[in-house]
Amino acid sequence: MERKIRVLVAKPGLDGHDRGAKVIARSLRDAGMEVIYTGLRQTPEQIVSASVQEDVDVIAMSILSGAHNHLFPRVMELLKDKGVDDVLVVGGGVIPDEDIPGLKAAGIAAVFTPGSATTDIIEFIKNNLKRRE
Amino acid sequence: MDDSAVSAERVRSGDIRATARLISMIEREEPSRLAVLKALHAYGGGAHVVGITGPPGAGKSTLTDKLVAELRGRGRRVAVLAVDPSSPFTGGAILGDRIRMQRHATDEGVYIRSLATRGHLGGLSRSASEAVRVLDAAGYDDVIIETVGVGQSEVDIVRIADTVVLVSVPGLGDDIQAIKAGVMEIGDVFCVNKADKDGAERVVREIRAMLETAVLNGAATRFSALYTARAALAPASTDPATIESARDSLRDSLRGGAMEQGAFHHIAAQAPGHPNLEIPPVVCTVAETGQGIVELVNEIKTHEAALAATGFLRSRREANLAWELGRGAAERVLSALERDERKETMSELARAVLDKRIDYYDALDTLEKALTRY
Ligand SMILES: Nc1nc2c(ncn2[C@@H]2O[C@H](COP(=O)(O)OP(=O)(O)O)[C@@H](O)[C@H]2O)c(=O)[nH]1
Ligand SMILES: [Mg+2]
Repeated sequence: MERKIRVLVAKPGLDGHDRGAKVIARSLRDAGMEVIYTGLRQTPEQIVSASVQEDVDVIAMSILSGAHNHLFPRVMELLKDKGVDDVLVVGGGVIPDEDIPGLKAAGIAAVFTPGSATTDIIEFIKNNLKRRE
Repeated sequence: MDDSAVSAERVRSGDIRATARLISMIEREEPSRLAVLKALHAYGGGAHVVGITGPPGAGKSTLTDKLVAELRGRGRRVAVLAVDPSSPFTGGAILGDRIRMQRHATDEGVYIRSLATRGHLGGLSRSASEAVRVLDAAGYDDVIIETVGVGQSEVDIVRIADTVVLVSVPGLGDDIQAIKAGVMEIGDVFCVNKADKDGAERVVREIRAMLETAVLNGAATRFSALYTARAALAPASTDPATIESARDSLRDSLRGGAMEQGAFHHIAAQAPGHPNLEIPPVVCTVAETGQGIVELVNEIKTHEAALAATGFLRSRREANLAWELGRGAAERVLSALERDERKETMSELARAVLDKRIDYYDALDTLEKALTRY
């Protein structure tokens, strides 16, 4: 059977709306992916536990509150603690250019800022999965 | 982690990554899953499998979240399989049940897994029952399966669950859409959620009236069999004359149109414990606030206890397994028929039927004979 791409879409941090995350979730679904949507105000611990239980290929996080420099690397750290090294992690939201290199160094594979086309996100995911059949 | 790293030992030892990956292998129908499933076969059998079903938006996920909390409070380890439909157009899916349950994400005694139907015909039922067996063998005490609708779902919940909770809500229109004929009889426990809204009592009354009618007509075989047995355990008034007159007056009041609320119970009280006068429980809940949840869990657990005490647990599981075996065998036959030379046999038979050399039923007989030789 065709390999389905499973993506956990999560909103870490305290900002209170998830319109952007929902748009991404729908685009990923329309691209044939299975999207596990976890809702607002997720802690890094919740995101990582859910991603393990759901056995996802990708974690896509979006953040608007400015806490990305703390929360994104924390997710990477928790994944590492659990020995998970085959999940592609991408981030998005309002993230200043100067923060991007640091996030990439922490293991976030790509950072998509508000201008990014959803087709770019889809392409990036399809081309950079860490698991192959 | 590689698929090849998944083993029965890791699943049994509580390794969530191994359990989660095994469920992915089941979803992908990976042949390599079979060795692990076979090794797990020796374990499990103790989990109580609870199906939560009803129309979209009824509050099934919210209820499940509350059930998990209540069961955790009772010291039980709980697994949830939440099933949502895949888009028939793109094959993708948004699986949103988990949103309502995320507070349990970091509780080590809870495992939550979202499954998409993936457009299988019957395939998801197999995947879901395999996943249930894995979670059972992994040591979860309760496995809850949330499925949308009844008859709209690819998961035949009745074939998997020990206890089916049928959820309905007020405001779905004049008739109780979730509880139409033929659907009602799969419920072991009935839940009217959103009891904070107008019309909840009416829904309860309608469900009760339908159940009572069904029980009287002997139509609701699945639950009436259990309740018959359960009632037999209780000290019962078995004076045949009392019972017959009770049933007669009950029939009359039903025939007379709208039955007064409580009339059934009034009559039933004249023949306490009479099997044909037992109906499944109907519980009102407000999932959002947790109201009625303790009672709902009590009814679910009472049902389990009744199943166990009457021997119905075993016979229900046996019937389900026999059904599943039949399905499995049919699938094997179908795939055998689709292999090259047999496909040719079918084409030949089709030509013979088209040319009127033989009829359709002769062709089927020939095929059946050929099959028994394989
Ligand atoms: N008023 C009211 N709303 C509820 C209740 N339970 C759930 N809801 C809401 O109903 C909507 C659907 O709930 P959900 O659990 O996702 O339903 P599901 O589709 O059956 O899983 C959500 O907005 C819930 O907050 C309840 O008891 N009362
Ligand atoms: Mg739901």
